Amino acid sequence: MNEPKITPQTLPEKTAGQVKTGKKFEGIMGELYVPLFFAVLCLLGIVAAGLNPRFLLNEIIIRLARNSFLVLSLIIPVIAGLGLNFGIVIGAMSGQAALIIITHLEIGGLPGFLLAALISVPFALITGYLTGLVLNRAKGREMVTGYILGFFANGVYQLIFLVLVGTLIPMSNPKMMLSSGIGLRNTIDLIAINKALDNALLSSVRLGAFKIPWATFLAIGLLCLFTSYFTKTKLGQQMRAVGQDRHIAAVSGINVDRIRLIAIMISTVLGAWGQLIYLQNIGTFNTYNSHEQVGMFSIAAILIGGASISKATIWNALVGVLLFHTLFVVSPLAGQRILGIPQVGEYFRSFLAYGIIAVALALHAWQTKKKAASREKE
Amino acid sequence: MPGNSVLELKNITKSYFGNTVLKGINLSVKPGEIHAVVGENGAGKSTLMNLIFGMPVIHETGGFEGEIFMDGQAVKIDSPRQAMELGIGMVHQEFMLIPGFTVMENIKLNREPTKPNPVSKILGPSMETLDYQAMSHDSKTALEKLGLEIDESAYVSRLPVGYMQFVEIAREIDKKNARLIVFDEPTAVLAESEAEHLIAAMKRLAEQGIAILFITHRLDEVMACSDTITILRDGELVKTLVRKETSVEQIAELMVGRKVERGHLPPRSVEPSDDDIILELKDLTVEMPGERVRGLDLKVRRGEILGIGGLAGQGKVGIANGVMGLYPATGEVIIDGKALKLNDPKAALDARMAFVSEDRRGVGLLLDESVAVNIVLSSVEAQNKFLRRTIIPGVRLLDQKAVREYAMKIIKDLDIRCTGPNQPVRRLSGGNQQKVCLARAFSLQPEILWVSEPTRGIDIGAKQLVLDLLVQFNREYGMTIIMTSSELNELRRICDRIALVYRGKVAGILKPDASDVDFGLMISGKQPVKEVG
Repeated sequence: MNEPKITPQTLPEKTAGQVKTGKKFEGIMGELYVPLFFAVLCLLGIVAAGLNPRFLLNEIIIRLARNSFLVLSLIIPVIAGLGLNFGIVIGAMSGQAALIIITHLEIGGLPGFLLAALISVPFALITGYLTGLVLNRAKGREMVTGYILGFFANGVYQLIFLVLVGTLIPMSNPKMMLSSGIGLRNTIDLIAINKALDNALLSSVRLGAFKIPWATFLAIGLLCLFTSYFTKTKLGQQMRAVGQDRHIAAVSGINVDRIRLIAIMISTVLGAWGQLIYLQNIGTFNTYNSHEQVGMFSIAAILIGGASISKATIWNALVGVLLFHTLFVVSPLAGQRILGIPQVGEYFRSFLAYGIIAVALALHAWQTKKKAASREKE
Repeated sequence: MPGNSVLELKNITKSYFGNTVLKGINLSVKPGEIHAVVGENGAGKSTLMNLIFGMPVIHETGGFEGEIFMDGQAVKIDSPRQAMELGIGMVHQEFMLIPGFTVMENIKLNREPTKPNPVSKILGPSMETLDYQAMSHDSKTALEKLGLEIDESAYVSRLPVGYMQFVEIAREIDKKNARLIVFDEPTAVLAESEAEHLIAAMKRLAEQGIAILFITHRLDEVMACSDTITILRDGELVKTLVRKETSVEQIAELMVGRKVERGHLPPRSVEPSDDDIILELKDLTVEMPGERVRGLDLKVRRGEILGIGGLAGQGKVGIANGVMGLYPATGEVIIDGKALKLNDPKAALDARMAFVSEDRRGVGLLLDESVAVNIVLSSVEAQNKFLRRTIIPGVRLLDQKAVREYAMKIIKDLDIRCTGPNQPVRRLSGGNQQKVCLARAFSLQPEILWVSEPTRGIDIGAKQLVLDLLVQFNREYGMTIIMTSSELNELRRICDRIALVYRGKVAGILKPDASDVDFGLMISGKQPVKEVG
């Protein structure tokens, strides 16, 4: 019997290495395209606004500390193939619910903040679980479903804190509640935990002229470590598999729905904590509005950082926060300086935030289609 | 002796919704044996494999009768997971590989070796870190067993297609208890040289004592590697042969073999011939997923019924869809000497062609519309028939009366069983729905009628009626009919010539009374014994 021998020589010569370099370069350029564009935009804005670099740097440090955690919480659902999780709004609400509780109990400082973080976990786990259940029924349409779920959750949130508090939920606290005794006030002062995390560590140690929220950066650093560790775990690998191809994952014995649920629950908890970090930095809190823009702005930031619906890294998140918030600081000032109207910059800013999301979604749809077509051709 | 077999199937019977697809199958595989299972489409090969691998589709449709033994022990296989635990592996026809993962990540998918870490001690084993070194080592071992040297850290998406199948096999043999591997048409997507390597790899595995079930319809591959050959036809086990004692011809004959009752077809005054070509396809390619046509040439004689046969996935269905402009096509289509504008359904209809799609309920019918509307729809759209003028210039309305009268006539002529022209077609039986489709195509008064899978999913009695109708169209109205079908038998019943498509090209054209051997060989991509002009 003449049995053909398999050696690398007899197999087709088109090896991976040769194709790789060209494709890789193109790939990197494709990924850097968006952040580079925004970096240029930021630079132009900075020049146009004629900003004092010290002021700008200070603002950027504050905003990096304030927003990074929230944006990082988006990464895990992307890995699990759920796209950008608009559902972190729901996490933010869970965080706020915990804040309301500790404010009512008048527990302040770092203990108060940590208690809020603890209390928010069960809320976020439950809401995250419910979100996950819904998203598992809307496979392939997770983002729009999550977005609308956010609105729905907002309704439930309002029902609880505007109607049920003081009626079904016994509570009396004239400082926090409306004068009728039913429902919470529009704004809640968070003096007790204002900068509780930011100033928790080495608050007197400055870096040059800048005050650094060391503890917050530590938390962000830990989350980065956790995220990168997580992708190397068994569960993380299962998530990546589910994210790449649900069908193949299922055939190899992975419980796809369960993995997706876990991804959303983790993201929701992280979103709740992110919102706590955000609010302790701001110091006051709009009971009915603070969470509303969280999803939109975080998603805009990570997209500007070069992420896509199917791929997001820690660097995408951090670079994105940097660029998006630089733009946030710079654009009204640039508008003021050039045209004398700050609203123009403001307009430009929101135009960008929504525009970038639309472009990213369209690009993704287009690329998926192209990829499918080219795969078919092979 | 069940004790000697890794796997033994006893008296397996399976039906889907009262339609029996496997009847009393007995089969056994010994360690180190390559057992080929061959048969046409619809012979029951895939069902049999799904059953062995415990695919959910089997249990969702009511399970099966009969027993499965492994090593002489009766076993129940209810899920792919159970099958894996029993040591059954499967190499799928479509690659079950994650393109964005590396070779080793794919090989070890969901079976990754892990190392504990402080977090995992608290949160449980799912938080253990992956042991990339062990993964790489195991993958290398598995790839070496196949005699393949590729970088296990390369991404699968960047591998040539020929390698991917090997990665799949490596994954199966890496499973420590792998005893039986099912190859489901593994060479379908491979080039010939790649297929040879695959077969060599299968032989290596068999030498190591792994039993192999090899499903294919390529007979030369069967002859090249198998020890035993089981032939299925219409869900029945026709014969189990020992390879050394048989020949390609014998297998081909058994695979196709059934008596063809070619009814007495009415003669024509002028028989179609090559002197009068109505349609010519030159270098036609059609980008229809799963049914790609790759540079096909074909001449159709005026007034004939031309059959297009071939196995699923070889491209036969793509031809009509490409010519009619439903899927992107390139090449030349010449009708009566004039080139047809491709990728434009309207142009195809204007060229007096009509198409009855294989996707009857999806593309063919507006299910919630009435029989009458479905019959006239194409005529209204393409030829502005059944419209009446109104006072406003340019605005024309459907002439309900004319439509109704016409529909009544057609319903009577074609014997469509319905309560009347207003009945929604959703409620009709498959056979009658198909008649409505034919009626609509007929209403266009086409010169060329393309019909795809006209009898799919309709019962036997209705099949005959549909075929009779086609013959009637052809003989009475002189329509040239090009009929695509997976059922060679029905092609042989009414066609003048049958073109067999293999890998997107015409492998050859046979007369309907050609021998079973010729048909069997040609659809399997073997060289045809003889061709007819």
